[in-house]
Amino acid sequence: MSLLSAQNLAVRFGGAEVLSGISLAIEAGEIVTILGPNGSGKSTLLRALLGIVPLSAGQVRRALGLRLGYVPQKLSVDRSMPMTVRRFLSLPKRVSDAEATAALVRVGLPDVEARQMAALSGGQFQRVLLARALLSDPQILILDEPTQGLDQPGEAAFYRLIEEVRAQTGAAILMVSHDLHVVMAASDRVICLNGHICCEGTPRVVSNAPEYRALFGLGTKGALALYQHQHDHSHDHGHGHSHHAHEDHAHD
Amino acid sequence: MIDDFLIRAGLAGLGLAVATGPLGSFVVWRRMAYFGDATSHAAILGVALALALHLPIAAGTLIVALTMALTVSTLAAKGWAMDTTLGVLAHSALAFGLVAISYVPGVRADLSSYLFGDILAVTPMDLGFIWGGAVIVLGLLVWRWQALLTATLSEDLAHASGLNPDRERLVLTLALALVVAVALKIVGALLIAAMLIIPAAAARAVSRTPEAMAVIASVIGALACLAGLSLSLWQDTPAGPSIVSAAAICFAAAAIISAFRR
Repeated sequence: MSLLSAQNLAVRFGGAEVLSGISLAIEAGEIVTILGPNGSGKSTLLRALLGIVPLSAGQVRRALGLRLGYVPQKLSVDRSMPMTVRRFLSLPKRVSDAEATAALVRVGLPDVEARQMAALSGGQFQRVLLARALLSDPQILILDEPTQGLDQPGEAAFYRLIEEVRAQTGAAILMVSHDLHVVMAASDRVICLNGHICCEGTPRVVSNAPEYRALFGLGTKGALALYQHQHDHSHDHGHGHSHHAHEDHAHD
Repeated sequence: MIDDFLIRAGLAGLGLAVATGPLGSFVVWRRMAYFGDATSHAAILGVALALALHLPIAAGTLIVALTMALTVSTLAAKGWAMDTTLGVLAHSALAFGLVAISYVPGVRADLSSYLFGDILAVTPMDLGFIWGGAVIVLGLLVWRWQALLTATLSEDLAHASGLNPDRERLVLTLALALVVAVALKIVGALLIAAMLIIPAAAARAVSRTPEAMAVIASVIGALACLAGLSLSLWQDTPAGPSIVSAAAICFAAAAIISAFRR
């Protein structure tokens, strides 16, 4: 049985349908990345799977007694709240000093227990969030753009850490991202999202799918630049097909 | 030999500080200062209501404060612009309350004790009410402490941990209404919010964990109550402003101490 699955999930904000017809399943031990342009509903999908955002249709199923760790996209510890790293790790479930230390060592941050959360760097903060998520001994880790605000080396190091965690604990990993090349290397399965699931499969399959190129062929840098010539949707070139063409060939 | 009324006044101040330390910390962390103002100003309307209907003052203030607190948190959940909404509600409640009280015969003389507090006139029954309320508030906060902290840091994180942030917000709303009813006699409606915010803000400067901040805020609140009580006794100053002035001096001292530490 899948750890976490969605059947025909839909979410509306006001009148607008943000997500529709989403069905997916996360199996034990796999790394799944949800990829999509800004406004494609990536974060909303994660939040719907977590039960933060109400569904307008469909359902989410969790394996019985599922242990879930969540690393939110951004969390700002207000300066008005004093909060040491050690204290933060004990929220909401209290953990022993030994457990806290072990979790921090695992994410490569020894000796920060006494530091204030507000004084950590971006990379350190993300690692502490990951350490906290690991303390519940999760069967599935859910990460929402965990490397936002990190520089390139920091980002690469963070994804290496995620893979290590998977290797050590066997936890499944579901994350949202838009930094494509790193994701491609680190995922077992990629789900392309733009309000609905455009395509999904192994990174190799997805990167060759026309739906994927339609979504990411424009304005992306790095690894995907080469796709731009093959599948050009830009306004400048005045192709016959409309700007919304990529939505038409999206369903399978 | 210390007079009974002085002991009662001192105990009343301590009871209030026990509740305002931790609750005030949440008010600071969640930026609910104006929320506190709206709720406490509504207490004056509660006093008017109680006098008109011959209810106990505490019951009137509790009901109106609770209504106001629930209204405000419902509007906040619906996404109303909070500073304007709260500004309108806080000052309207105060204005309507003052107008309503003027219709109740024979109360004008007492009005200043509701606005500014009258800690030296605390009766044994008041004292029972103050400590009863304080213990309930403290119990609520201790019971929900871990969940409240998590929801205050991030509602998403709380959700993902299986907590319900709306329920935790309701806990704080209830606690706030109770504290307003409890504090009315001591600091008066105008300065209840100050009693929540100033000791907590002073404690922030010298704390490293949320728990330390809550406890230090209670200690500062208690010191401020005792200092204000003394001033009120010897100089015949109004109780609420005296207590809040003492708290403000503590805040300045804590700010200076923390500046020197850096």
